[in-house]
Amino acid sequence: MNEFVFFINNVVIAGSVTGSIYAIGAVGVTLIFSIMRFAHFAHGDMMTFGAFMVLLLTTLFPQAGAALGVPTPLIMLPLAMVLTAALAVGLDRAFYKPLRAHGVKPIVFVIASLGVTLMLQGLIRLFAGTGGQSLYVDDRKEIFRLAVPLEGVRVPVVVTEPQLYLFVLTIVAVVGLHLFLSRSRLGKAMRAMSDNPDLAQASGINTNTIVAVTWVIAGGLAAIAGTLLSLDVTFKPDLSFFLLLPIFAAAIVGGVGHPYGAIAGGFVVGFAETLAVFNWSVLLRPFRDSLPEWLSLPGNLAFVGTEYKIVVPFFILVVILVWRPTGIFKGKVI
Amino acid sequence: MPLLDARDVHGGYGGMNILNGVDMAIEANEIGVIVGPNGAGKSTMLKAIFGLLHVSQGEILLRGEPIQNRPTNKLVQQGMGFVPQEYNVFPSLTVQENLEMGAFLKPDNVKRMLARIFEFFPPLLEKRHQPAGELSGGQRQMVAMGRALMAEPDLLLLDEPTAGLSPLYMNEIFERVKEINAAGVGILMVEQNAKQALAIADKGFVLAAGQNRFTDSGAALLADPEVARSFLGG
Amino acid sequence: MDKTTTDSVAAPRRFPLREVILFLVLLAAVLGVYALMGAAYSTRMLVEAGCYAILALGLTIQWGYAGQFNAGVMGFVALGGFCAMSFSVPVNEAFWDSELPGELGRVLLYSVGAVLLVVGASRLDRLGVPKRLRTLIAVLLAVVLYLVVISAFREVTDQIESRAGFVGGLGLPSWVGWIVGGALAGGVGYFIGRVCLGLRSDYLAIATLGIAEIIKAFLKNSDWLTRGTATVSPLPWPVPGPIELGFTLARALYFSVTAVLIAVIFFLLHRAYHAPWGRMIRAIRDNEVAAAAMGKTINRRRLEIFVLGCILMGIGGAVLANFNGLFDPQGYLPLNHTFLVLVMVILGGPGNNLGTLFGAVAVYIIWLMSEPLALFLMELAVSFGENAFGWDAPTNLDSRALQARVFVIGLLITLVLRFAPKGLLPEKAKQIA
Repeated sequence: MNEFVFFINNVVIAGSVTGSIYAIGAVGVTLIFSIMRFAHFAHGDMMTFGAFMVLLLTTLFPQAGAALGVPTPLIMLPLAMVLTAALAVGLDRAFYKPLRAHGVKPIVFVIASLGVTLMLQGLIRLFAGTGGQSLYVDDRKEIFRLAVPLEGVRVPVVVTEPQLYLFVLTIVAVVGLHLFLSRSRLGKAMRAMSDNPDLAQASGINTNTIVAVTWVIAGGLAAIAGTLLSLDVTFKPDLSFFLLLPIFAAAIVGGVGHPYGAIAGGFVVGFAETLAVFNWSVLLRPFRDSLPEWLSLPGNLAFVGTEYKIVVPFFILVVILVWRPTGIFKGKVI
Repeated sequence: MPLLDARDVHGGYGGMNILNGVDMAIEANEIGVIVGPNGAGKSTMLKAIFGLLHVSQGEILLRGEPIQNRPTNKLVQQGMGFVPQEYNVFPSLTVQENLEMGAFLKPDNVKRMLARIFEFFPPLLEKRHQPAGELSGGQRQMVAMGRALMAEPDLLLLDEPTAGLSPLYMNEIFERVKEINAAGVGILMVEQNAKQALAIADKGFVLAAGQNRFTDSGAALLADPEVARSFLGG
Repeated sequence: MDKTTTDSVAAPRRFPLREVILFLVLLAAVLGVYALMGAAYSTRMLVEAGCYAILALGLTIQWGYAGQFNAGVMGFVALGGFCAMSFSVPVNEAFWDSELPGELGRVLLYSVGAVLLVVGASRLDRLGVPKRLRTLIAVLLAVVLYLVVISAFREVTDQIESRAGFVGGLGLPSWVGWIVGGALAGGVGYFIGRVCLGLRSDYLAIATLGIAEIIKAFLKNSDWLTRGTATVSPLPWPVPGPIELGFTLARALYFSVTAVLIAVIFFLLHRAYHAPWGRMIRAIRDNEVAAAAMGKTINRRRLEIFVLGCILMGIGGAVLANFNGLFDPQGYLPLNHTFLVLVMVILGGPGNNLGTLFGAVAVYIIWLMSEPLALFLMELAVSFGENAFGWDAPTNLDSRALQARVFVIGLLITLVLRFAPKGLLPEKAKQIA
């Protein structure tokens, strides 16, 4: 049973954590894709920017959270979301809007977004350095060890405080997004524009407004995802390209243009990653004695080493592109 | 003062003119029908009126006010509605959501107008929560017209509303157009079924090569032997 | 832009004033660097710029000729560098004298057997096995066999690392590594191209970005093959090295090898561009639907050009690695090996080989000169800050100053796209609007 708890800690919890982060990131990418029809390569650095804003604010006011009994970074998250959303809208005005006015091919937007990602990277590293930093400036990261009430189980289920916040925030973000898209006037207009931009325009929907709203939502979600990732481990300014691949894979697995698909895709990729680096020989260990002589169990039965983690989203990407390029939920654009 | 008055309209795509001076005027509560051979600029004219195409010369007046090259959402606000020929619904939105999008600029209309549209197009009521992409061609046309009516336009532009429909649905759509008009909405439509369309038209415009060839009442055009020979297939 | 629709071949020749001026400015810049930094440094710069020019030519045929955007140039460069290293470095006796090569061969045989077994299982439906069951069997078999092979593999590689360090090289002449490097990069490009080229162009960008990071991760972590972070040096040169001839002369010799290589590539590309093959490629780029309607085999042509570009990148990477004399997988950075090349191409003129050459040399000079300049500006800012506000400057200023270059490259990309989308020397053929 100890092995089973080990599995819960290393796969179920860890997979949900990475899955949630990828899901929130992928929703932003998929929304941008469905409204503006290009793969937004600066998304990873938008996430980093959001986390950096939280770090900055937390360093400035380390005591802010104590009054309310929550970690300071969480108090600062809404503010960082606003800042990141503003950044996203500003970047659009400065770099993407002129290209839209020229009516260039989508791939030119992709290159422009790569330029933007370099600019963000340069700025963030200029101010934050390149090393990792903890967002817990003045607070302590609580770790909960839940004993399993079963005989012979010594290993506890381990959950950290930021992970709990992560789950709550993910659920809030997903429910909020769902209500926005299915109930609100702007949300429906967003779906309409993703369906048929010309008809949306002919219906009197101001497409510039919808574009701005999309950036606000994508920026806010990017800030959430980046902050949660940095809370769970540490703030690292150089993650961007390593985040981009799993997020794109998640968006494509879910079917590009499908927010709910992107959420599902995020968890698929997150769990695939944790399952692939999990050492399966741990689970087989209880049966070691009953195995025949010739089948000696190697110590390491992981599919890939953690250093090759990035292979997993790439593998998923290739499989989905070969097997079903529209994604599980039939995306709009391929 | 005419509801719509277009004078000497020139325009086209990417420097290539398709419209070479089209005149068109309809009064409030009239049905205007544009007919003519393929490539005559019929749909292009509708798009030019609706601000989807750059007008390089001439002017378009709505109730005497110049509106050429205005952003589309302004025109919707000023009482114009447009139903494109193809891709005229949002396929993944439900029927009701499609209709709501029509009233995007007039959110107060939603409740009242939804009830009226469902009354007007009864088949849509039972399908209101179904994605519009799953409907038949005729039902889609109803959704598309309903969407445009949600903003209570004074002038409704229809681009080949009966294209690709079975004769049964075709008659139904013509009936609906007459009813919409009877309720006080001016109509300007492009039609391939010229005879049937001119029969219900107050004004008819026969275009060829981006210019007016004949402009008269619908009945007079139907009676004109030259129009019949050249444009109505004998 | 003139409104004619004829190809540049048929257009009347004009005096290439723009080209002459730009290249004269470039020559002046090169001479300026020689005067400022000395001959040894400047010749090194020229060789490196030459290697980058090969990379840029590879990218310009992908992006400029065919509109394919490769966001992972770094990966193909690293593959080339790896081949240059493993073919030219001396043979490692400690490895070849042990039983380890046999062990490695055994594991490789295992993997071949495993692949055959899985392929066989995937054909089981021909024996009447239901398709679903066949898929299940094939997937399960693949998973189990993969685990078996990978554990055996890990054992052998651990042995190699602890007993022989790494497998070493083959001790062959450098040019063998260059050819194989190009071939390997082309092979990986073929795989990526097969998967992505039929889809929207965004997917190619995503996939190439991913494969580049994977190649780097593999080279960095496969200590048994590449010594990983411990790096391999020195790599031998195809020409007499600095010890025999001194820095300047040896580098000049290496430069002439690079120059010949560029000249050959340039000539072949020029021929291909104006040949029916090149016209077809451009026709596909400019109007895919029309090209398809004319019965052109679009995906095949696309794949050809993508693979060709990757081959050039592999060769360029190999030449560069041999020149550096050091193989350091960690030294491959997206900024230096992907985006710098991208800037060279879009600034010089995508689809215009001459413009690309100009862009490569010009951007590389700016790039090299920007490093001392950025540090200088940074120190200026710090001394100003210390004097004016008593600012306590961070200690790792040098590494941060380098980040400013990341920003500048990004800004340059966005500005060029917006204000000079055709580059300084635009492609001359009129595009069909």
